[in-house]
Amino acid sequence: MSIKTEQFYLNVGPQHPSTHGVFRLRLSLDGEVVTDVEPIIGYLHRGIEKLAESRTYTQIIPLTDRLDYLASMTDNVAYCMAVEKLAGIKIPERAEYIRVIFSELMRISSHMMAVGFYLNDCGAFFTPVLYMWREREKIIDLFDMVCGQRLLYNYMRVGGVSQDIPDEFLPAIKKFVAEMPRYIGEYNQLIKQNEIFLARSKGVGILPKETAVNIGASGPVLRASGVKWDIRKMDPYSIYDRFDFEVPTGDAGDCYDRYWVRIQEMTQSLRIIEQAISQMPAKGPVGSDVPQFFRPPPGETYGYIEAPKGNLGFYIVSDGSIAPYRLHIYPPTLINITALKDMMIGWKVADLIIIFGSMDVVLGEIDR
Amino acid sequence: MEIIRPEVSTPQEADLAEGNLINSFLETCTSQYPDPDKWLDEEIRRNVLLTTVDAAVAWARQRSIFPLIFGTACCAFEMIAASGPRFDLSRFGMDIIRFSPRQADVMLITGTITWKMATAARMIYDQMPEPKWVIAIGACAISGGTFRESYSVVPGVNHIMPVDVYVPGCPPRPEAMIHGINRLHAKIVKGTIDNPNLALK
Amino acid sequence: MTVAVNTEETGKKIEEAIPGSVVSNDKGSLTVDSKALAQVSEFLKNTPGMEFDYLTVLTAVDYLGYFEVIYRLVSLRNNQSLILKTRAYGRENPAVPSVTGTWRAAYYQEREIFDLLGIKFEGHPDLRRLLLWEGFTGHPLRRDYL
Repeated sequence: MSIKTEQFYLNVGPQHPSTHGVFRLRLSLDGEVVTDVEPIIGYLHRGIEKLAESRTYTQIIPLTDRLDYLASMTDNVAYCMAVEKLAGIKIPERAEYIRVIFSELMRISSHMMAVGFYLNDCGAFFTPVLYMWREREKIIDLFDMVCGQRLLYNYMRVGGVSQDIPDEFLPAIKKFVAEMPRYIGEYNQLIKQNEIFLARSKGVGILPKETAVNIGASGPVLRASGVKWDIRKMDPYSIYDRFDFEVPTGDAGDCYDRYWVRIQEMTQSLRIIEQAISQMPAKGPVGSDVPQFFRPPPGETYGYIEAPKGNLGFYIVSDGSIAPYRLHIYPPTLINITALKDMMIGWKVADLIIIFGSMDVVLGEIDR
Repeated sequence: MEIIRPEVSTPQEADLAEGNLINSFLETCTSQYPDPDKWLDEEIRRNVLLTTVDAAVAWARQRSIFPLIFGTACCAFEMIAASGPRFDLSRFGMDIIRFSPRQADVMLITGTITWKMATAARMIYDQMPEPKWVIAIGACAISGGTFRESYSVVPGVNHIMPVDVYVPGCPPRPEAMIHGINRLHAKIVKGTIDNPNLALK
Repeated sequence: MTVAVNTEETGKKIEEAIPGSVVSNDKGSLTVDSKALAQVSEFLKNTPGMEFDYLTVLTAVDYLGYFEVIYRLVSLRNNQSLILKTRAYGRENPAVPSVTGTWRAAYYQEREIFDLLGIKFEGHPDLRRLLLWEGFTGHPLRRDYL
């Protein structure tokens, strides 16, 4: 006797433990197999682009913090670089090195969060998150020492950084860099050979190379599909051409490759931080001498960096007044989500959560 | 046997219905719910002698609250840090942080609430069983925060539901959140004394 | 180093292949006519020597006389970049052809521009509001909203 089934719609609603924020998916299911996926976003749309049209250039910096709130130093850096490109300002040497050190620390912290919550979705409930949280607290202590805040720093300014690093920072970061490789080895050792983890992530959610380029993916998602495109190497900004590091790529483009690319990027970031600490000038100006009501010349520009989640960019149009005429933010994770339809159709509901977790989204950046 | 089929709507109709509901919220939720502040910091000892049942119920209620994190934005990560190993939240009995409203006592609203999300927030508040409390954490939940002039942000979550404790900050440090939870404990005890029928609910 | 291509030479090549399409070029960008946009995008993607297969930014600006839609294209193989612009006139129903058939990266970005600025993209498979809800009146990012 055959049972009659029919297609039905299931709502993975905005408030859900594994959607990493307020994200909604409308699924059409046939039994347990997914036949269609529609992501619905906009539950955190705060209108940052419209608010930016009525604030001065320095007042926009705290707004950019709240975009990708797990990596807010890199958001600040991208915005400040775009404004400096527009106005043609050059920043002091010591400030460049400080920016690089904080961007790479932020990359390690953000990847730890991504990997921890991905393992949470795979079934290792919260233990990997707490292991990685232990190291993240050390990174947050370093930031607290410098700018007094734990999560949303507001530290970069147009033309430099807001204040110099204190004396006890350098010994602390040297100690952190010396002991971190042992912890990354510990995470790997605990999870890499686990049968359940391998069965759930190898071969699941494959994103082929041509699709990844056609949809405009960037960041670890693009590199795990086999395309060696990292803006720090291909189009170096700031002083990244002085450092020696590698760009890890994967072959298959499945969830396991995305996890492995992130782990290897953490090791490469530690290499960059070591080189930056040894090359940094011992004394020098770090601040900017940009006035409070800063008027850049009229024109437009696009400034972009390699943020932990991908290729983050700011498009600024200025008409010579104290506030920008138009500010547009290019979010890498919104573009990565275009691939969800390709990757999820044909799989079961339990695999959806894993595939979504491996894309590493932050809703503050998607919705702006 | 008759199978009762519910009305199934297509996705387009569901979207339109959601939009109409949000527009109706925009029109009706223009004023704030009044803050229940009769419980300001009084000496609880000066009150009348508690019966043993009231004291026991008050003690049990404050020491084992089940929270529901309605985490939308950045403050949610400071709340997770508060439940981490350094600022341990489970020493106050709030270890079970689950996302289901049916088992929860207190709703922690962390992060910006937009008008699109407001209907979901109110629905979840209505699904919680009595007695229930709400803590608004962070500047965005208290008054809209940095985004107050925006066209799509609710200027404070007390336009949608009554709030008991406000924890300011952007984001507040985990120690501040724990302080807010301690104030909620005091309020629960006082609430049980003022209103003995609450013990029987 | 991702080098921006020389817009004059590129403009000449496009003009030879599709006459009447290039409107102007200044140092940083190339403006084309909106009616020829579909052909120009196919040409830029498939011609050897110019394979622009990666679309990064798609955004639009409201100058009060017209809307300007901006595309930034990158060629991964040759490590080059190009900024392409086109214009849409009229406040009531501005319209531009969609490039979703050529680069699927445009899918969500065109929906967002329709939502916030009101520009219609002809040929888009599913043009609806993305960030705001159904029933929201107006387009917030226009200069005359509020």
